[in-house]
Amino acid sequence: MKIENITKTFDGKVVLKNLNMEIPEGCITCIMAPSGAGKTTLLRILMGLEDADSGIVTGLAGKRISAVFQEERLCEQMTAVENILLVTPSLAVQTIRQELGKLGLGADDGQPVSELSGGMRRRVSILRALLAPYDVVFLDEPFKGFDYELKVQVMAYVRERTTGKTVIVVTHDIQEAFALDAGIIELRCE
Amino acid sequence: MIFITTNKQMKKEKHEIRIWAVLIWLLVWQLVSMRLGSDILLVSPVRVIRRLGYLMGTAAFWKTILFTLSRIATGFFAAAATGCVLAAAASYFQKMQELLAPVILVMKSVPVASFIVLALIWFSSRNLSVLISFLMVLPVVYTNVLAGIGSVDRELLEMAQVFRMPKMRVTRYIYLPQILPFFYAACRVSLGLCWKAGVAAEVIGIPRGSVGERLQQAKVYLDTPDLFAWTIVIVVLSLTFEKLVLHLIKRLACVLEHVK
Repeated sequence: MKIENITKTFDGKVVLKNLNMEIPEGCITCIMAPSGAGKTTLLRILMGLEDADSGIVTGLAGKRISAVFQEERLCEQMTAVENILLVTPSLAVQTIRQELGKLGLGADDGQPVSELSGGMRRRVSILRALLAPYDVVFLDEPFKGFDYELKVQVMAYVRERTTGKTVIVVTHDIQEAFALDAGIIELRCE
Repeated sequence: MIFITTNKQMKKEKHEIRIWAVLIWLLVWQLVSMRLGSDILLVSPVRVIRRLGYLMGTAAFWKTILFTLSRIATGFFAAAATGCVLAAAASYFQKMQELLAPVILVMKSVPVASFIVLALIWFSSRNLSVLISFLMVLPVVYTNVLAGIGSVDRELLEMAQVFRMPKMRVTRYIYLPQILPFFYAACRVSLGLCWKAGVAAEVIGIPRGSVGERLQQAKVYLDTPDLFAWTIVIVVLSLTFEKLVLHLIKRLACVLEHVK
């Protein structure tokens, strides 16, 4: 996947300027940068949610995309299982329940996600992204709000589920990149 | 004006009318009518109920109800459907929204009596209440549903775009559950309106066999027991129709909440 000369401005403010990078396929890559460096904007451009002012992205055409956004973006009135079924209707409920269990989310007893804690909701959104069929998955600060033990558990799960897939993770935390055994690309503010 | 009812409010809504309060007001009515001592000025509730019982035993009573109910219900459902379709189109095409804005404004601000007189000049009075209830409901449903579409969570729509959810699925699981509270609020407001305006249209147009015709006859013959009896019938019909429609929308909301 190649990003060439990407520039993006919002209301005259340059967020990304002539950005060039190459992201290897079939492995995990962490994009690291301080706040305001345009990481999320870059992810939105790659996901097709924003158009760059100039520059091109190659290697994404025709590929199935999945994502964990900065916010959970769950349907509040639905249960965890339903939120996952919403984007992947072909999955068996039993399979979803098993995967929920692996991330410490117990039996789905009809509780809407609006009643779950922030950490539980985050795990549901991670599962939704990883259980969907995809070629490339974008994870925007996926482990924020987790305590150490939970972070280790979820990172292990992400590594296991994404073997051989292209994974792009946006994070501030270099320890996360090491734990994921990921390649690192650093964005710098000018 | 936009009316909003949240999903939770929609489900928890309870009746606020208490039987004891109704009984007290009936007692006050009885006492005042006894004090006045004139059936023309104020008939007693006992006589009204007796008259209503008599009317209910006649076939003409039920035919009259069917006549008015079918027309007002037709006007309501046609307006609800049209309002939703127009709102969906207007949310998609800005020009359509601009084109409809003056028409909706006219519908909202022109007095219902003007519409009734105009409709009587243009058409026969037989289906007048269909048109009038349609005109009462359409702007309320259109405005509210349009606001509902505008308030749909953009972040969820982006999520659906990234996961390439089919349009039908997005409509069914993201748009409809979020628009439904707006539609519910619009129906709650406009159901009462369409009955009031629909019957008023019948009183003015006097279509044969309608509730409005019965009210007009009661006025002409100073038949206060009939006037009160038919008024009670209108209130009961209006409330029953309202409860039925709102119940159906609530059921729909429950179905839409879950992925099948």
